[in-house]
Amino acid sequence: MTYIDYYKVLGIDKKANDSDIKKAYRKMARKYHPDLNPGDKEAERKFKEINEANEVLSNPENRKKYDKYGKDWKHAEEFEKAQQQGQYHRGTGKRSSGQYSEEDFSDFFSSMFGGGFERSRGRDVKFRGQDFNAELQLELEDVYHTHKRTLTVNGKNIRLTIPAGVRNGQVIKIKGYGGEGINGGPKGDLHIKFSILNHSKFKRDKDNLYTTIDLDLYKALLGGEVVIDTFDGKVKLNVKPETKNLTQVKLKGKGFPVYKKEGQFGDLYITYRIKLPTNLTGKEKELFRELAKLRQI
Amino acid sequence: MKLKDFVPIVQLCEHYKVEISFFNELDEMGLISMTTLQQNSYLHQDKIGDVEKMIRIHQELNINTEGIDAVFHLLQKIDRLQSELNKLHNRLGLYENDY
Repeated sequence: MTYIDYYKVLGIDKKANDSDIKKAYRKMARKYHPDLNPGDKEAERKFKEINEANEVLSNPENRKKYDKYGKDWKHAEEFEKAQQQGQYHRGTGKRSSGQYSEEDFSDFFSSMFGGGFERSRGRDVKFRGQDFNAELQLELEDVYHTHKRTLTVNGKNIRLTIPAGVRNGQVIKIKGYGGEGINGGPKGDLHIKFSILNHSKFKRDKDNLYTTIDLDLYKALLGGEVVIDTFDGKVKLNVKPETKNLTQVKLKGKGFPVYKKEGQFGDLYITYRIKLPTNLTGKEKELFRELAKLRQI
Repeated sequence: MKLKDFVPIVQLCEHYKVEISFFNELDEMGLISMTTLQQNSYLHQDKIGDVEKMIRIHQELNINTEGIDAVFHLLQKIDRLQSELNKLHNRLGLYENDY
């Protein structure tokens, strides 16, 4: 447990009055509010810290306790425990029922004020359930075909159909798979962000795939056939005679499936990289010299 | 149009402890679209998520409806830029470690 300087969190002096605290809180909250910083985990963490500082410092009783024990909060905890033991039977045992869970508070906060701390925000009633966010890592090969997968979100198993062609960074919303609604309200949604890892020999741009293959000099000059692997199996390609280095050919419809458009595919672009022969034998060198003579080089 | 998909504005006012004028202002600004049926105003339940966000911005940050309008425009812009950045990031992969 780390000691948290709530004054420092809000950027105020220990002598700050209620109005200073309120002003500092509002300023910081505007900067780090999660609604204004979507997807920013650091802002979310900071906002929780700011809220925690405000909960303590804007409440005169809690502020007094915090000011009194400050860095020696460990001793305060022992002291409070000893006091609580004497008062235990008089306690209400009431737990917080607010929107924020105890996890939203630091260990330091819990040790100072306990888990039963009541929030004073007045936003007790929620209508719609909370939205959940999850990230799913898949390989490029995985999303070539539509497939089913079971995810565990908040302890619940969700059987999900992942459509072929989903893109890296794409977020899909699954309606009604978020938190429970309150007072008969609808459930929240589940937002899944896809992180597509690519360890294949193909590069992907939207629905098109790109790859580079090595071509030997003789096939490049005289033409011939090459067999290449695609996500859809092997494909035989005719190489035209006198193919230049870095020539790009397009295989229509051999790219990646188009998201939610069954039967539609992007294209596959193949770049030929011509490999020159090495470690030539005497005979080969002789023949190349003859070829050079023919070309009068 | 199914009535069960709509939530009465008065119910939302009660739940979120906001005045009906707040919803009227949001409606006038085009931030929400209220539907009137038999003299009662309703909001489609799909829009509740956005409305909750507007209420939070209003209540927790003390931002008025004009401010909410500006915030929502900027958030949409961020969203567009984020999606553009993601597309460019994916394209960049084409040129990395080529040879």
